[in-house]
Amino acid sequence: MNPTWVIAKREINSYFDSLVAYILLVAFLGFTGFFTWLGVADVFFRKQADLQVFFSIAQWTLLVFIPAITMRQFAEEKRTGTIELLLTKNVSDRQVVLGKFLSCLIMVAIALVFTLPYYFSVAQLGNIDHGATIAGYFGLLLLSASFISIGLFASSISNNQIFTFLLALLLCFFFHLMFDILGSGLTGWLGNLFSILSTSEHFYSISRGVLDTKDIVYFGSVIVLGLALAEFNISKRK
Amino acid sequence: MDIKIDNLTKNYGVQKAVDNISFEVRTGEILGFLGPNGAGKTTTMKIITGYIESDQGDVTIGGQSVKTGATKGYIGYLPEHNPLYHEMPVMDYLAFCAAIQGMGKEAIHPRIKEMIRMCGLNAEKHKKIGELSKGYRQRVGLAQAMIHDPEILILDEPTTGLDPNQIVEIRELIKNIGQEKTVILSTHILPEVEATCDRILIINKGKIVADGTAATLRKQAQGKQVLHLRIEDENVNTIYSKLQELPTVAMVDIIDAANNRFEIQSVQDAVSNREVFKLCVKNNWALTEIIPFETRLEDIFRDLTLN
Repeated sequence: MNPTWVIAKREINSYFDSLVAYILLVAFLGFTGFFTWLGVADVFFRKQADLQVFFSIAQWTLLVFIPAITMRQFAEEKRTGTIELLLTKNVSDRQVVLGKFLSCLIMVAIALVFTLPYYFSVAQLGNIDHGATIAGYFGLLLLSASFISIGLFASSISNNQIFTFLLALLLCFFFHLMFDILGSGLTGWLGNLFSILSTSEHFYSISRGVLDTKDIVYFGSVIVLGLALAEFNISKRK
Repeated sequence: MDIKIDNLTKNYGVQKAVDNISFEVRTGEILGFLGPNGAGKTTTMKIITGYIESDQGDVTIGGQSVKTGATKGYIGYLPEHNPLYHEMPVMDYLAFCAAIQGMGKEAIHPRIKEMIRMCGLNAEKHKKIGELSKGYRQRVGLAQAMIHDPEILILDEPTTGLDPNQIVEIRELIKNIGQEKTVILSTHILPEVEATCDRILIINKGKIVADGTAATLRKQAQGKQVLHLRIEDENVNTIYSKLQELPTVAMVDIIDAANNRFEIQSVQDAVSNREVFKLCVKNNWALTEIIPFETRLEDIFRDLTLN
């Protein structure tokens, strides 16, 4: 079996063994479910057969949910020293980083799979745009992958989990909200730059059902950069 | 598989943790790595396992540099503080270690069973590692190091936390493994080195200060032969003067006049046992005790590492 997959499997088992997975799943589904079906501006209020409400609430829920699952990845291994045993096994630093990335992405994917009933329910209520909905899910996955990558980078910096959680939250917040605000607030090339850097900008464009290469390239770059920095951080060791 | 350490240097800031050391370990050899705290033992071991990189010099395992990362699979490593995933059950943890080392699915289960038997973990195999006592955790640490049957074992203080019976078992285990494999173990327990290791390497302040078997180290440290004697049936002073007349004896001390006990030191490179025996026979004295006085490993260690 590929070592990346062995590591990912261990991480996922550890989430479910420690009940963290259940708490996060319940929190995610409860939160998104409430705002999608029972909140103020819910599906019934909009009177449109789409999942825009869900997508707009899910991105914020994931912004909090993901730092909570990435915070321990490297921080805990560093604190307890298990990272030394892990990295002296027959694996490369990159395989370790990818294994952890994969485990977090699978956790998010499990959470998103549980929201598929929303999709089927709305599809019963009216004429849903299947393309846009599938694109929306795809956008959420790309957005999550970017947040995970940022979170893993944060986790590779310190061995203090509270610090790594807050740093990941702050970075995701900047990417998702601040860059967007700065992008629309500023004019000229600086404004353009912040708009390009904003994850929400690219997410909206995908969730409208438009799959543009520049959005995919953008998310791909954030993911690769975050993971490369995380790999660089764990390769520096004493 | 041979390990070759070539001019290895590692600095932490201005402090030299390892200072230009070179040595080789051959297949079938158990090397005891000794040194006071902070001498550079753990650093050297971490470089061999590929966990940290050296500043200068290189380590090659079977001709391959550890910097390539290709040697990791040959090594079983037990780090100093035995870090384990406390939330995992013993069996699951060993299965994880076996899988990550690239063992095939069918091979894993029988191997785990074997390791559990070898390390005496049968009663604890379903418990979480965090629930185990220190000695059992140490056994899990050893089991994970040996799970993929590595050519090389690097053990950083393998017997800490074990009770005396376990220590004997683990030493036997290491000795058996050491017949075909290459083993480097570090320890503070000097009798342990004598009991398990074929060769001793003492390092101090990042430099090698002694290298050899326990016997050769003793010889180097001691130089002259020392014997403790008890000769009866004669006046102490007469025996004293007669002993002094022997050509091989450099110095005589009376250590216990009431019981006729003496300490003699031979001249350089000479052995006095026969001369003493013949002297006693000639004078019809009873030689009731003759004890070769060995320099203890502790003394050698102190001599070499306390400057």
